[in-house]
Amino acid sequence: MSDKPVLEQLAVGDVVGTRTLELDRPRLVRYAGASGDFNRIHWDEAFATGVGLPGVIAHGMLTMGSAVAVVEDWAGDPGAVVDYQTRFTRPVPVPADGTAAVEVTATIGAVDLEKRTARVDLTVVHDGAKVLGKAQALVRL
Amino acid sequence: MTVTLPDPAFAGREYPATQAYSVGREKVREFADAVGALHPAHHDIVVARGLGHPDLVAPPTFAVVIAQRAEAQYITDPAAGVDFSRVVHADERFTHHRPIVAGDELVTVLHVDSVVHRAGIAMVTTRCEISAVTADGHEPVSTVVSTLAVRGEGR
Repeated sequence: MSDKPVLEQLAVGDVVGTRTLELDRPRLVRYAGASGDFNRIHWDEAFATGVGLPGVIAHGMLTMGSAVAVVEDWAGDPGAVVDYQTRFTRPVPVPADGTAAVEVTATIGAVDLEKRTARVDLTVVHDGAKVLGKAQALVRL
Repeated sequence: MTVTLPDPAFAGREYPATQAYSVGREKVREFADAVGALHPAHHDIVVARGLGHPDLVAPPTFAVVIAQRAEAQYITDPAAGVDFSRVVHADERFTHHRPIVAGDELVTVLHVDSVVHRAGIAMVTTRCEISAVTADGHEPVSTVVSTLAVRGEGR
């Protein structure tokens, strides 16, 4: 693990991490099992199209949960993430074969020297469009 | 097919505390693997303790596992009128008063904060107050706020 970031050295706009998530059907099934979210839209193509979706889509919570790992690694301690929120703005369709690539960029959005926190804003993009809105992690440093 | 939207009368409702959820080490590792959280504090007890935690640290969104069980009390109540086939997850927020760690015994009190109908869509916001059972009572651990959008007729 890298050294812990120093709050005083952070500036708004600093990119602190990037990652590409490769979401495939086995990952969705694995997340369903680990999380207990067995909604059929995340693994059953016929069911998903039957309710008007383009096909099987990733759990929003899988995208949210995977995106924040870049923040944990940067912070050096997963326990430093004291608040994490997002809106789900767009579904991520996951093909039967192959993967859906989701690009994550973590940028410093605010620094609070009194509260000893940094707000990390996550830009999470699939197929040229943001899939999470106002994705923000508050990190205590 | 007649589509009903969630009953606004449920807003303000508070449910009794759930049975305790026992956070297990292997569950923390399994969930971390599922979201690709490779930080060793999720997997290696020595690293977790080296960072000052009593045991393996759960990933920031792990609380959804616990919250979802509590939310089921409301979602699966036919009287609440939440048709899950018409539900889209709108937003989610986790506030950690302290990290969840393996070994925690966590109870959850579910609140239905609001049920708002607008232009054929109902927005339902629930809040889970998760606390640890300790010798002295309950210690606040996490607050999970979740909003679902439920599509009505013709939406």
